Amino acid sequence: MVTVNGEQISGSAEPRTLLTDFLRDELRLTGTHVGCEHGVCGACTVIIDGFATRSCLMFAVQADGSEIQTIEGLASAEGEMHPLQKLFAKHRALQCGFCTPGMLMTAIDLVQSSKKLSEEDIRIGMSAALCRCTGYEGIVNAVSEYAEQLQDEEASNVG
Amino acid sequence: MLDEPLRQSGGYIGQSVPRREDRNLLLGKGQFVADIQLPGMLHVAFARSPLAHATIGTVDVDSALAINGVHFAASGSDVCAELPPINGMQVVTPQGWRDRVDTDILIPDQPLVPEDRVRYVGEAYAMVAADSRYIAEDALEQIEVEFEPLPPLPDAESALKDDAVLVHEQLGRNVAALLHTRKGDGADAMESCPHRLSRRFVHHRYAAMPMETRGVVAEYDGRTDTLTVWSSTQVVHWVRREISTALEMPEERIRCVAPDVGGGFGGKGHVYPEDILVAWLAKKLRRPIKWVEDRHEHILNAAHSRDNIYDVEIGFDDRGKIHVVTSSFIVDSGAYTPVGAGIAGNSIAHMLGPYDIPHYETDCKVVLTNRTPNAPYRGAGRPEVGFAMERAVDIVANHLDLDPAVVRFRNMIPPEAMPYDVGLTYRDGVPMVYDSGDYPEALRRALDALGGLEVIRKRQKDAWANGKYLGLGLGCYVEGTGVGPFEGATIKIDSTGKIMVATGACPQGQGHETVFAQFAADMWHVPIEDVYVTVADTADITLGYGTIASRSTVTASGAIKIASDKIQEKALTIAANMLEVGEADLEMRDAGVGVVGIPDMHVTWREIACAAKPGWDNQRPIGVDAGLEATSYYEPPTVTWAYAANAALVWIDTDTGKLEIEKYVEVHDAGVLVNPGLADGQVKGGLVQGLGGALLEELAYDEQGQLLTGSFADYLMPTASDVPPIEVLHMETPSPLNVFGVKGLGEGGAIAPPVVIANAVCDALRPFKAELNSTPVRWQDIAAITENADRQQNMRADQEA
Repeated sequence: MVTVNGEQISGSAEPRTLLTDFLRDELRLTGTHVGCEHGVCGACTVIIDGFATRSCLMFAVQADGSEIQTIEGLASAEGEMHPLQKLFAKHRALQCGFCTPGMLMTAIDLVQSSKKLSEEDIRIGMSAALCRCTGYEGIVNAVSEYAEQLQDEEASNVG
Repeated sequence: MLDEPLRQSGGYIGQSVPRREDRNLLLGKGQFVADIQLPGMLHVAFARSPLAHATIGTVDVDSALAINGVHFAASGSDVCAELPPINGMQVVTPQGWRDRVDTDILIPDQPLVPEDRVRYVGEAYAMVAADSRYIAEDALEQIEVEFEPLPPLPDAESALKDDAVLVHEQLGRNVAALLHTRKGDGADAMESCPHRLSRRFVHHRYAAMPMETRGVVAEYDGRTDTLTVWSSTQVVHWVRREISTALEMPEERIRCVAPDVGGGFGGKGHVYPEDILVAWLAKKLRRPIKWVEDRHEHILNAAHSRDNIYDVEIGFDDRGKIHVVTSSFIVDSGAYTPVGAGIAGNSIAHMLGPYDIPHYETDCKVVLTNRTPNAPYRGAGRPEVGFAMERAVDIVANHLDLDPAVVRFRNMIPPEAMPYDVGLTYRDGVPMVYDSGDYPEALRRALDALGGLEVIRKRQKDAWANGKYLGLGLGCYVEGTGVGPFEGATIKIDSTGKIMVATGACPQGQGHETVFAQFAADMWHVPIEDVYVTVADTADITLGYGTIASRSTVTASGAIKIASDKIQEKALTIAANMLEVGEADLEMRDAGVGVVGIPDMHVTWREIACAAKPGWDNQRPIGVDAGLEATSYYEPPTVTWAYAANAALVWIDTDTGKLEIEKYVEVHDAGVLVNPGLADGQVKGGLVQGLGGALLEELAYDEQGQLLTGSFADYLMPTASDVPPIEVLHMETPSPLNVFGVKGLGEGGAIAPPVVIANAVCDALRPFKAELNSTPVRWQDIAAITENADRQQNMRADQEA
C-alpha cells in the first residue's frame, strides 16, 4: 500500500521491481523519467515522505507504507500549474524537458528544507540533478525566485 | 539574393514568445519513447560485446529461449540472414565537393548485428525479446558465445601502423577516408615566411550525452501492411528511408515519429541498427516491440565524438600576420563512421576561421579503430579544428611577445571585406563565401565585457606580482549553418481558417513548434494561436531532412515561406473574386485579405478556405484549383555564416592546479534572432557542454580498447555548481542569403570553450612558459607545469649554491 499524489494505491510488485518502473509501468505515471538508473542524473527524483528521493535506487516494495509525490501531483487537480512550474517556463529553465520533472521535485525539496538560500546554495542543491540542455541558468533563476516568493509569504504570514 | 529582411514591426519574429512546448513537459505529460506502452508489447535487450575486437564463434541462444516469458532470440547470423547492413554512406556528399576536395573514401557498411566479428566494446552480437525488460536481461545471461580475441586497435595511431590488424578486412586498410585540400600556394608558401612554428594538438573523445537515452518502439499493422515507428531521433525521414531499404517496404507504408525527444545534440542525428531491428521484429513477430537503451549501453554504444590529433604548422611575419597554415590530422572514427567523412569535411572548411589567411593546405585521415563509432556532436569538427587553430594563434602571439588579442585583430577579416570569398569549397559543394558579419567588433565586445584589454592585462600583472595567476583565454570561430540539401514544409488552411504547418524538422528541445509558429503567424498575419505546428512525423510531410547541423531555423523557415507564398497567391485570386476587386487592390491583414484603404472590405482565411473548397457553390474563379494547401522544399543556395568571439578570465591555483573561471563571455552573431530568449538558451546550453568537454567529460580507453568511463560516476557531466558566470551577447547581422536574415545557432556555444580554457591557462601561466595543447584540461597537467617549474628553479638554486 502506498499513497501516490494523495491517492491510496495497493498493488503488487516483484521484489526486484524498481520503484521507478512501478510508477511508470504499473501506475502509468510516466512523468518520472529514467536517465541513468544508477542514481546520478536525478531524472527519476520523486518526493517520498517529504524528501527528494531517487526512485531508480529503490525497490518498489521498499516504498510500502510511504507517501509519494510525483510530478503528476504538483499541479492542482484542475491543471493550474504549481508556482515553480510557472517560474520554470518564465525563466526558460527547460528545453527538451526530460530532466524537468526530476529538477522540479529536487527544487521543491531544496526550497522547503532550507530557510534562506544563496545562489551558491541553490547551485549546490540543484547539482543533485543533471540538465544537458540549458546550462542551468534558467533553473537557478526559477528556483531562486520561488525561494524568494516563499520567504515573502512567510514574512507576510508572520507580519 | 533577396531584398530587405522580412521583419514586420509588431510581428512575432524577434520576440521572445513563450514556448508552447513547455506546459506538457512541466506537467509530466510529455511523451518520450520510453513512455509509450502498447498492448502485447515485447521488450528487446541486446547482448553486447565485452571485447574490443574478436571473432565470433558459435552463439547459442537456446537457453535464453527456454526462459519463461522469452519470445525471441537471435544471433548475428540469424539477423544477417534476413537483413542487409546499413549503408555506410547515410549522408551523401555532392559532386561539387568531390570535384574540389581530393577524396579517397571507403566507408564500411555496418551489419545490424554482426555474425563474424565484434569491433568495439558494446557492439551487439545477439538480441532477445521478452515480456519485460527484466526478463529480457535475464535471458541475455543465458546466451552462450565463443569469442576468439583479435589484437585490439585502441586508438588511431595504432590503427595506422603498417602491421596493424584490419578492422574491416574487405577495405584493405584502416582508413575510411583520405581528404586533401589547398588554397593559394598551400604548404609551398611556408618557405618564404619569416617565422614558422609546428605543434601537435589533441582533442579528446567525449559525446553528446543527452539526458534521454535512445529508444525505439515499433508496431506493425498486418491488415494495412503498415509500420509505425517511434524513435528518439533527430532524423525521422532518414530512419524511414533505411527501414524501407532493409525491409523492402515502400516508404509511404512506414510512418516514423519522433515524439518528445530528450536532447540529441547530434548523437541522435543518424540511423542506428536498433532503429531497423526493432521495426523488423515488430513486423516479424506481429507484436509491438520496444527497446530503450540504458545509460551504460548509451555510453558504450551511442556515437562518441571529437577524438582528433592535429599536426599544424603556421607561417607568419614579425607583426603576427599569418601567411600560411598547414595541417595534417587524423580522426579516430571508431569501428564504423555512420556520417562518413562529414566531421573531417567540416574541420577542413573551418580551420581558417575569421582570419584572412592567403595560403592553406590540409590533409586528413579518418581512421577505423576498435572504439565506439564516432559521429557528429554539437560543433562536429569545429571544436576540434578550432582548438588547433586558436591555440596556434596564441602560440604565435607568445612567440612574438604580442598580445593574442592584437594578433587576432591583425588577422581578422574586416567587415568591409564582406561578403568574403574564402577560396575553399564547403561540403555542400559551393564555394565558401562568408555572407556577413563584423568579426573584430565581436572580439572587441567580448573583451569589453571582461573590463577591456588594458584593464585585464593590468589585473594580470598585479596578480603575478602577488604570486597569483590570472589568464585571459580567447577563442573565435565562424560556423557554416543552415546547410542543405533541403527542408520541406506543408501548409494547409483548413475550413476553420487555422494555419497548419508541418515540416521535416525534428526538434529535441530547441522550441521549433514555437519558432515556426512565429514565422507562420507573421507570414499569414494571424495571431500565433491560430498556427498549429507539427514536427518530426513522416506522415505529415513526404520528404524531410531533419534537425542536425544548426539548420532548422534557416531551412524550415525557407520552406514555410515558399509553401505560404504558393497558397497566398491562390488565396488572393479567390479573395479578389469574393470581394469583386482586382488582386492589385488587395493586401493581407487581420487574419485574411482586405482591400487596401477600405477596412470593411475584408475576407478571413476561414472564408477564403471555405470558398476554395471543392464542390458545389464554391467561390473560386474559373480555372483555379480547389483547396488551400501546398508542400514546398527549400534548397538553400549555400550555408549562412554565424560566428562568435569568446573570452574568459581564469584563475589558476598553482599549488593544486585548481582552475576557477571568473567569467566567460561569448559574443555571438546568428543574424536576425527569431526568438531571442530561445536563441540565448541555445548558446548558453552549448557553452556549458563545451565547458564540460574542456574540463570534465572524457571517454577514456585502455590499451585493450576497454572503455574506462562507462557510467555517470566516471563520465562527469557538468552540474549547476560547476557552471561559472556566463554572459552571452548577441549581434544581429542579417544574412543576405534568405528573406528573414537568419543564420543557424544550435551548435555554436559548444565550439570554443575547450580552446578558450586552454588558452586562458597558458596565458595565466606565461611566467612558466608552458603550453597545454591537449584536452581535457586537467588539474594534474596544470599542477605539473608549476611543479616542473619549481623543480627547475630549485635545481638552479642548488647549482648556484
